[in-house]
Amino acid sequence: MSKYTKPAVDLVRFVLPLMALAGAAMGFLVGTANAVSLLGTVLGAVCGVALAWVLASLVPSKRAGILAATVLFAIGGLVIAGTAGIVGGVIVGFVLSWLSYWLSTGSYRAGTPIYATSGQVLWHNTFKFICGAIFFFLIAPILTIIPLSFNAENFFTFTPAMLSFDPEGYSLKHYRDFFTNPDWQQALKNSVQIAPAATLISVSLGTLAAIGLSQPHVPFRRAIMAILISPMIVPLIISAAGMYFFYSRIGLQGTYVGVVLAHAALGIPFVIITVTATLVGFDKSLTRAAANMGADPVTTFFRVQMPLILPGVISGGLFAFITSFDEVVVVLFVGSAGQKTLPWQMFTGLREQISPTILAVATILVVISIMLLTVVELLRRRSERLRGLSPG
Amino acid sequence: MTDATNSPSTGPMLSADGTPLKKSLQIALRRQKLRALALVAPLLLFVLVSFIAPIADMLFRSVENEIVSETIPRTVIALEQWDYQDGNAAAPSDDIYAALYVDLSEAEEFKTHTRLGSRLNYETTGMSSLLRKTGRGIGRMDTDEYTKQFEALDPKWEDPAVWVAMMQSPGIADILPETASAWQSWQRIVANKNDVLAEEQPEDFIYTMLYRDLIAQPASAIAAYSGSGAEMLQAADSAVDGFEAISLREQFLDIDKDWADPQIWGTIKAFSSPYTAGYFLSSVDLQLTPAGIEPQPENQQIYMLLFGRTMFMSMVIMGSCILLGYPIAYLLSNLPLRTSNLLLILVLLPFWTSLLVRTSAWKVLLQQQGVINDILVWLGLVSDADRLVMINNQFGTIVAMTHILLPFMILPLYSVMKTIPPSYVRAAKSLGATNWTAFWRVYFPQSVPGIGAGSILVFILSIGYYITPELVGGTTGTFISNRIAYHISSSLNWGLAAALGTILLAVVLLLYWVYDRIVGIDNVSLG
Repeated sequence: MSKYTKPAVDLVRFVLPLMALAGAAMGFLVGTANAVSLLGTVLGAVCGVALAWVLASLVPSKRAGILAATVLFAIGGLVIAGTAGIVGGVIVGFVLSWLSYWLSTGSYRAGTPIYATSGQVLWHNTFKFICGAIFFFLIAPILTIIPLSFNAENFFTFTPAMLSFDPEGYSLKHYRDFFTNPDWQQALKNSVQIAPAATLISVSLGTLAAIGLSQPHVPFRRAIMAILISPMIVPLIISAAGMYFFYSRIGLQGTYVGVVLAHAALGIPFVIITVTATLVGFDKSLTRAAANMGADPVTTFFRVQMPLILPGVISGGLFAFITSFDEVVVVLFVGSAGQKTLPWQMFTGLREQISPTILAVATILVVISIMLLTVVELLRRRSERLRGLSPG
Repeated sequence: MTDATNSPSTGPMLSADGTPLKKSLQIALRRQKLRALALVAPLLLFVLVSFIAPIADMLFRSVENEIVSETIPRTVIALEQWDYQDGNAAAPSDDIYAALYVDLSEAEEFKTHTRLGSRLNYETTGMSSLLRKTGRGIGRMDTDEYTKQFEALDPKWEDPAVWVAMMQSPGIADILPETASAWQSWQRIVANKNDVLAEEQPEDFIYTMLYRDLIAQPASAIAAYSGSGAEMLQAADSAVDGFEAISLREQFLDIDKDWADPQIWGTIKAFSSPYTAGYFLSSVDLQLTPAGIEPQPENQQIYMLLFGRTMFMSMVIMGSCILLGYPIAYLLSNLPLRTSNLLLILVLLPFWTSLLVRTSAWKVLLQQQGVINDILVWLGLVSDADRLVMINNQFGTIVAMTHILLPFMILPLYSVMKTIPPSYVRAAKSLGATNWTAFWRVYFPQSVPGIGAGSILVFILSIGYYITPELVGGTTGTFISNRIAYHISSSLNWGLAAALGTILLAVVLLLYWVYDRIVGIDNVSLG
């Protein structure tokens, strides 16, 4: 791009009207919040135009311009609405100044070919905006609960004290409740006891079976596969109903063993799928070479095959673990009060007595899932690199 | 393989140890197969026991109905002779009342009549209280008249030992069939109380049956009996004609006059077989009445509505997942790998986050005092008095479930779109297609398999969802699965829960089969 001179952007006929529009929209929001919508809209439009003109003609350095505008608006926010206004000011200042540079320097055309018509450029940017909004929809709900979990009040929403960044508005009391309340501690203990046991069963049996299934001649391969995958396909409520009926017949309902068995069954499809996928890229001649040099099948398995498929086994195990750790429908029916797990406790909490401790637990779980996701992603990259499938 | 036929002169090819090559290959192949199966076997066995058996048990429970024929077996047999014709049926004969008398006398001891009552109450309301009431009254019937009359005739009738000796004599079941059958119930009752049979005087229902047997049997048959207590029996046989008779029908009507209602008897008869389609009929808003299959009363027809709503809302969720997932998958597949891997994390993070975390997040956001409403009020777009109702209705369920299931749409779509070569669209454009034509006629058709795979996956997952509708669905946003859970844990109508589950399972398996045909179960990928 830098080789070509960028098409000149018409400041007066293109940038300023758009900036007036953006400023008016911001001004409307700020004005409405202070019950002077019309005044806010007009002032906002004037601010937008003035800012864009100043930045475009007098401040060529983008970084300095954005910084200056942000500070300026933050001070403005402080004057209008006190400490809480700073956040609003920072947001408004940053967005307006960034938008101004984006428009006036012509960066909005980046990503479209030089010959694109203005309609195409408009569509391109609209599309990016839509995608951004969808990503926002995906992530925002999860991120919202994190600050809320530090709420000093027993509310499920942002208090004025939180919005004005008053330290009084924040506290760790919900975390303290989680770590001291015997109900939650018992639930955590149960979860930590059930999930690893279930994972161990599904990983050990599942890995063996996946190796068996990846042999060239397996009779009834499709039927066996269908049976092994079925716990993932059958709706949880049906699995839960069936297990409840059957386990109460054989006396496993309401026992630790029953819950572990049920969760192991639910985790098996994930182990089968990930390990089979890893085995697809496994070089069979390695085991033959090992056998040729005198290793017995067990040695071959542990010394040659296992290290190579380990990433797949571990990520299958993580899937099985998270399945059990997250599972609530089956444990609701198969378990009894003695097997109350963390998700179960959250479920009852959400349904009956809503307490913000749930948000603290949710935040902890989000952190755990970020860690798990990172591990799985690293393992996947490593396994692809080992198999030479990935360019990077 | 064809060597042998092509060169018959040299004979079959032999392997090193002298066996024909074909045979030793077969042996090797079989050994390989067995080894593969041996590796799979433990897991297969585990899944069969811990998962497939429960599902089979559920299927079985959806038709099983042994409780009626187990609790009141004699009544069921006696009712075979009786015809129900739309309320105008002949009143049941005294034989049927007698059979019910013995059956309930035993059931009352084991308290199984209450279970029978709850079972039949699903079909005809009032059965539960009727049976409880009858269970309480059955020991206080006037049938002690028979006992007194027998005792007055010969005090030895009071002696349990005499009874035991008599009932053990060979041939007694032929001349006193009802008494012998009732005696078996008596034996079970005594055993249940941990008493000794020879020390407990039989209850009134034994004497009642003895009376009925003696009346029914010709004197010659009694005279032919020569076992223990033969003289007592012959003496009694000649005296019973003078006994005061008690109408069992009147006794039952005294407890509750509903026992005269043919509807009650019709229900018992309709549900007397050990297997019933009744639960399945209830699942589709029909009912099995004594007169045949009829639609449920208008105000009780909820299951078709729930199935319809489950289907409709799953469709809406699937549609919004396509709408939101398609642009994202398109963007991801057209960006450089480094950027798209980074953005993919934004898709995978919700995928890995606990379902309950996401549901609670939506509860926090959508409720009336929640974050979204607060922002709208703060901005002045909505007045504080009429905050939007976005939760505990269909809207809440659809939004939350779209968010939860969106990754399941994006990931298959992305993996399909990654394989579409960009040169096709470029070729279309260079041949003069507009952007829209190039997309719609060239790119979109190639991405349809991804849409198909994602849609079926999302649909299968959403029609069986329980947790999210339960927490954010209120009353109008719940699915059929919530009803199943209700029947398992609250109304305890397990048969109906099993039948609803079976129907849901059938729908899912059908979709699974379609998915298998389109995508293949081996190609399921997990991010």
